[in-house]
Amino acid sequence: MTDQASLPTTHPDTDETVTFTLDGRPATARPGELLISAAERAGVYIPRFCYHPRMEPVGMCRMCLVEVSGPRGATLQPACFIPAEAGSEVVTNSNKVKKAQDGVLEFLLVNHPLDCPVCDKGGECPLQDQTLAYGPGESRFVEEKRHFEKPIAISDLVLLDRERCIQCARCTRFAEEIAGEAQIDFAGRGELVEVATFPTEPFSSYFSGNTVQICPVGALTATPYRFTARPWDLDQVESTCTTCALGCRVAVQSSANRLTRLLGLDSEPVNHGWLCDKGRFSFEAVNGDEVSAGPALGNGQPVTLGSGRPRGQFAGEVAETASQVGRITEPMVRDGDRHVRVSWNEALSEAASRLDAVREAHGPESIAFIGGGRLTNEGAYAWTKLAKGVIGTDSVDAQLGDGLPAELVLSLPRATIDEACSAPVVVLLSGDVREELPVLFLRLRRAALDKKISLIELSLRSTSLTRYAEVSLTLRPGDSPAFARALVGPNPSVPTHPAGGSFAREDLERARALIAGAAHGGPEGTGVVLLYGRPSLAEDGAVTAAAVATLATAWPGARFLPLLRRGNVHGALDMGMAPGVLPGRSSLEHGHAWFSDHWGSAPESRGRDTTEALRSVVEGGQGATRALVLLGADPLEDFPDRSLATRALEAAEVVIAVAGHPGPALDHADVVLPVAVSHERPGTTTNIEGRVTRLGQKLVPPGLAWPDWTIASVLSDELGYDLAIGTVSDIAEEIERVAPAYRGFAPAFLDQVSGHDGLVVPLGAASMHTVEPIDPMATPGVESVERQGAPPRVGLTEGLSRELLAALHPDDDAEGAPPLLRRSAPAAVSIPPPDHYSLRLVSTRRLYDHGAGVVASPSLAALTPPLSALANPSDLARLGIGPGDRVRVSSPRGELTLLAEGDSGVPKGVLVIEFNVSDPDQPADNAVASLIDASAVVNEVRLESL
Amino acid sequence: MAVTDAPRIVTARLDHADSYTLERYLATGGYDGLRKALSMTPASVAAEVDAASLLGRGGAGFPAGRKWSMLKKDPVTYLVVNGDESEPATFKDHLLIERDPHQILEGVIISAYALQVTQAFIYIRGEFALGLERMEEALNDAYRHGAVGEDIFGSGFSLDIVIHPGAGAYICGEETALLESLEGKRGFPRIKPPFFPAVIGLYGQPTVVNNVETMANIPWIVTNGGAAFAALGEGRSTGTRLFALAGHVRNPGPYEVEMVKTTFRDLIYAPSLGGGVREDRELKAFVPGGVSAPWFGPKQLDMPLGQDEVGAAGSMLGSGSVVVMDETTCAVRASWRITKFFFRESCGQCTPCREGSGWLERIMYRIEHGGGREQDLDLLMDVCDNISPGVTWPPQQTTICVLGPSIPPSIAAAISMFRDEFLVHIKDGECPYD
Amino acid sequence: MSHFNTTNATRARQLIALYPEPRSALLPLCHLAQEQDGWLRPEAMAEIAELVGVTAAEVRGTATFYDMLHTEPIGRYLVSVCTNIACILDGATELLSHAEARLGVRVGATTADGLFTLEEAECLADCDHPPCVQVNHRFVRTTTTEKFDELIDELKGGGRAEEIPPHGTLVRIRRNGGLRVEPQRIERERARAASSAERAG
Ligand SMILES: Cc1cc2nc3c(=O)[nH]c(=O)nc-3n(C[C@H](O)[C@H](O)[C@H](O)COP(=O)(O)O)c2cc1C
Ligand code: SF4
Ligand code: FES
Repeated sequence: MTDQASLPTTHPDTDETVTFTLDGRPATARPGELLISAAERAGVYIPRFCYHPRMEPVGMCRMCLVEVSGPRGATLQPACFIPAEAGSEVVTNSNKVKKAQDGVLEFLLVNHPLDCPVCDKGGECPLQDQTLAYGPGESRFVEEKRHFEKPIAISDLVLLDRERCIQCARCTRFAEEIAGEAQIDFAGRGELVEVATFPTEPFSSYFSGNTVQICPVGALTATPYRFTARPWDLDQVESTCTTCALGCRVAVQSSANRLTRLLGLDSEPVNHGWLCDKGRFSFEAVNGDEVSAGPALGNGQPVTLGSGRPRGQFAGEVAETASQVGRITEPMVRDGDRHVRVSWNEALSEAASRLDAVREAHGPESIAFIGGGRLTNEGAYAWTKLAKGVIGTDSVDAQLGDGLPAELVLSLPRATIDEACSAPVVVLLSGDVREELPVLFLRLRRAALDKKISLIELSLRSTSLTRYAEVSLTLRPGDSPAFARALVGPNPSVPTHPAGGSFAREDLERARALIAGAAHGGPEGTGVVLLYGRPSLAEDGAVTAAAVATLATAWPGARFLPLLRRGNVHGALDMGMAPGVLPGRSSLEHGHAWFSDHWGSAPESRGRDTTEALRSVVEGGQGATRALVLLGADPLEDFPDRSLATRALEAAEVVIAVAGHPGPALDHADVVLPVAVSHERPGTTTNIEGRVTRLGQKLVPPGLAWPDWTIASVLSDELGYDLAIGTVSDIAEEIERVAPAYRGFAPAFLDQVSGHDGLVVPLGAASMHTVEPIDPMATPGVESVERQGAPPRVGLTEGLSRELLAALHPDDDAEGAPPLLRRSAPAAVSIPPPDHYSLRLVSTRRLYDHGAGVVASPSLAALTPPLSALANPSDLARLGIGPGDRVRVSSPRGELTLLAEGDSGVPKGVLVIEFNVSDPDQPADNAVASLIDASAVVNEVRLESL
Repeated sequence: MAVTDAPRIVTARLDHADSYTLERYLATGGYDGLRKALSMTPASVAAEVDAASLLGRGGAGFPAGRKWSMLKKDPVTYLVVNGDESEPATFKDHLLIERDPHQILEGVIISAYALQVTQAFIYIRGEFALGLERMEEALNDAYRHGAVGEDIFGSGFSLDIVIHPGAGAYICGEETALLESLEGKRGFPRIKPPFFPAVIGLYGQPTVVNNVETMANIPWIVTNGGAAFAALGEGRSTGTRLFALAGHVRNPGPYEVEMVKTTFRDLIYAPSLGGGVREDRELKAFVPGGVSAPWFGPKQLDMPLGQDEVGAAGSMLGSGSVVVMDETTCAVRASWRITKFFFRESCGQCTPCREGSGWLERIMYRIEHGGGREQDLDLLMDVCDNISPGVTWPPQQTTICVLGPSIPPSIAAAISMFRDEFLVHIKDGECPYD
Repeated sequence: MSHFNTTNATRARQLIALYPEPRSALLPLCHLAQEQDGWLRPEAMAEIAELVGVTAAEVRGTATFYDMLHTEPIGRYLVSVCTNIACILDGATELLSHAEARLGVRVGATTADGLFTLEEAECLADCDHPPCVQVNHRFVRTTTTEKFDELIDELKGGGRAEEIPPHGTLVRIRRNGGLRVEPQRIERERARAASSAERAG
């Protein structure tokens, strides 16, 4: 039944090898493989500093010198720079080699300050380690050392101590080669070569933390970690970052139940060792002891809770207003216009009785569950089971009106990230990847630069990938469906109504030609990967959905990678947290019987998504939504339409909030249930490609906070039903049993070394990767007991358990499980014609916004740039507005005042205002969400000078 | 004036005050070589250069003909001419650039034709402000004259030449650093292999890099034939060579003499050349070929000026600079100053050179200024050994380029030839020459 | 707004056009900026960065590798005294000390009136006239202390203006020959050379 040869793998070890002699024994290398890595696989570790396996070698530090035979006899050559050649003789252990290496090490220490006792890197420093391993005992250097001013700040996050620098160029190469922004470079010459920024431009990169991580000494340090711990006091677990949905693997380190640091782990299929600074540093929000006075938090002023409700009978202590504290650590219930602390028992029975009452009176669909992207897969499953199985409502939505229709996302054939970085043609229809899934930007950028992919970008404004795209077409909100038809239609006609759309017919034809060329005679769309997300929060997700559906229909051979960005939103959708679907990517229609069997019951009809639920609360009437359960979600921050969210929260009869962090919506909550957040609970998460990885628990949750699934389980008990889950692994097993896309997925596999990079579900759809052992030089600071001890390469068969292998080809009709979702055409959208007196509003995401993760992380909070309105310079000129003028932007929903700026990357007729960013000088509701009407297909705004 | 009656090949025109003008150039047979070359096939022009056994004049002494034959055939190839002359006490390229720029241009155009290269760059040391002006003026005139540009002299061959100013960095004389610098980067030498310019050079394309003096020889070779050139000198060292004689001689200056047939003694003592050590003092030592070369002493005075001869004796003719030191010279100070030069000019890319040069300089300074310790001599040699294993000749290296291994020779020579002097410095705690 | 004045902005474009890749013009453009401003002002580096398509940090990083490019202001006259081997054998140390005393500044510093910056240079390739001195990279062959003093007096009095122009070694250079060979022409040549090479091989 298991045919090993048919198992796909993207890393085929080519049969081709070259044979050379290594220290007198034969060794093999892949063609072109560098000596340093070929030797490492053969068990010979050559010391190094400048070499980093994820960057081009430079051969500068000379630590890796070995003797290589050549036409002029054996000479010392850098093993990191020259490939293993067939027949060559390589000696790594001669006296000559040792002397050279000792010499280099001694040279490196000549000008090194040796201030290890006060250096952050002390204890995990490759220079220190290699000195112990290879170095001379005593310094022969008695001269005055080179002096530089001790650490200088080169950005808000990074400090540079030039005396400690060993000029390995890892940081400068990262900035230039990987991140594509050489804001740091070597300056000076000779002994005075130093890493330097331009005087007026700091190292303000989204990826600056990586340079700190790969610095092999303590020259670069990061402010959030500086002096907080010594390496030997740190405890570590491996986990997955859920700041966005890419799923970068991380080592999470803590000391005394406080997070101290996150380091990127090298996951071949996902992040290649890199992290973005938000993922790396927003752990501060988990520690949560520093309250930021961000605009969403009420500036510490006592807040009067939404009034008009009777004061209750609770005797608990009055709590700080939930929206004011750093973390939510205790259950609270509303008592009139204040929250009081109560016990879990009281809080849960209050929540249960309120929900019960609403259900009794108005039926299950009167309760809606909003949020879920911050939960673990297990938490998401537990809440789905509670909502859909126990309560019986299908109105569950992990997306907050900022995503795309779940059924479309779940039904399209999924591409992996690797496929998206190696397909002949990659079509991008999303927001700015660098802002939304930063490390994916790094990978796509390299793939485009290395000519592995041809990028076709369809966007509402130019993005950070625009310069790497072969064809870049700027559309206006509402244009994409027509454009998609033009792209795949029989005769390429530029759609007529994008009045200002800034693309030419040649671009369209070039895109068509690229796509046609990739098919190589296969079905249409073969060789194409479509990356699609939500290009703007001011455009209905149905617009993109319609465009994507058009492309998907025309391209049976294509694969699709959804760029929904929120934490574990893909896991939540997979667990059924969307109307119309059930766990494991099955539809409500086809899964109803199966889940009724397993759960005892399942919703009878399709429920409401977030927008519909909020609207229903406001509209009221028969069958309307009356109770809102917020699962780690704050509609006042995350939902595009602030006015609708506010009205709905005010009108709701019951609001229950499961929250880890404060937020404005909590002011409306009747019951607040404190939940454990990232790094505080174990479980699994699923990323954009459907890769399931292990989340490590590093901390005990603060105060009385509980894991997400526990709350669901106990609340269910209160409602009189047993969810039948006692542990996380109970849930994982149940998911494997009942969720079709997760069939055969044995979570225990994730604990094996070969499972650290996770597996893509449904199994068998994508490849297994080889998990390489960690090179301590590439990732100093990662305590990698497990992985350093691993055999050099863990192959497919070794890595997969036998059950798993068997399960890779699950028997489809076994036990009558429902089929995976099949695509059905989404509802058509009709795009209103442009209003020539207005501009079409585009609202895109920024990495640093006013979301909880940023606002509650002191190191990041200040990095959110002030808000402005960006328009094409010609539009500004037309309206008589100068750059930097204060303007009023108004829509039928509301108005705001901000600064106008010209940006030629914005198409004509469009106004861009970034989402969830507000002007610190302005009231908190001075954000774009107060302009957006979530029910409109596109939003038009007027712009006038003040 | 020369000791042999060999013709002056590259300095023939220099007695004229207006030697750098197009008029003077044309009046003295200028661009005839080019006309002749254009009437030949590119391959036969290259064959003449090969037959001449013209050794590169930039320092490494690699035969130009061989180098040309190694140029990888690619659609885009470049010729880059090295006029960065910065090796201490070397001032022969400076002379040719300022005083006979057309001769260099003609050599470049002929070479480009032979190599079928249509784009050449001449990299001129930035500190040669006058040289840059003269060179550029000459280029303007050559364009006007039809010797450069489109359809040169109606031959159908076209060439564009760009004169590129350096900006003050010795290392940019090293050919791969020069290419980096020409690409607008800092002068970090590239690693060979794989970055041999003939395979991966400027902008990643195959590139020939030749010295300006090498180029200046080309018109004569084409006009008179490779055999005529090869008839001068002896063995591999054919033709004449321009030596820059400096230091304690009566008549320091640039001298073009026949190779091998002339000796160091001739160069230093012949009345028409160096004229002997100043004030008839004793010769203490001399640098035979740029400060990267191990020193020679009076015993080697009769060594012929031939590349292989000097090589066999454990040094090199290198850049063609000869520095004479008389008996009043402090060997410690002289080698300290040379070390300081390399320390200031190390590009800083590789550890042994960057850190080693500074370490050595600090020790040498300490000894010269009275702070020496007895163990310093062994330490110096061991640090040298870590930059250039064995401290042998020709040198081995732990570094990327040969600037690193150029540091030890003067230190090693000074210690081995004048160890006593070091010990006196150390014992007395001061420099005996002060 | 361009930091280069109109003439220099044009020259900058011409310089860039000389090369197959814009970045190659980085050093010439730095010389040009020094010619205009006397030193490499940050604004100039930022503009060069834009012109050649790199970051400002890269322009600064590259420029600081080169001794002739000054990212801090220097005097109107840069006086470079070589102390390398040939010159040190013939009075360079003494001349340099004299220069320090005469100008009243240490090596590396600029006189209070902003006229002179004194620099200890490496070999300037004029070793038959030791010790070798350059002012703004023009050889002055001022080998004795007396001649040095005369030179300084002359410069203070505004003399030698013709011989010693301002900073920037491109000051008097114009490429009149221009790009005689159109790039397309070169391309054709290359193609032709390639195909003839192909036929030959
Ligand atoms: C540190 C160093 C400095 C050099 N400086 C020069 C130089 O100033 N001029 C030069 O022509 N060659 C110099 N060379 C030699 C060049 O690398 C190269 O060999 C030469 O330009 C080739 O020209 P040729 O074959 O015509 O001699 C230098 C080499 C090194 C290692
Ligand atoms: S040997 Fe010195 S000059 Fe050469 S590359 Fe290394 S550091 Fe630079
Ligand atoms: S030179 Fe190979 S690791 Fe640095």
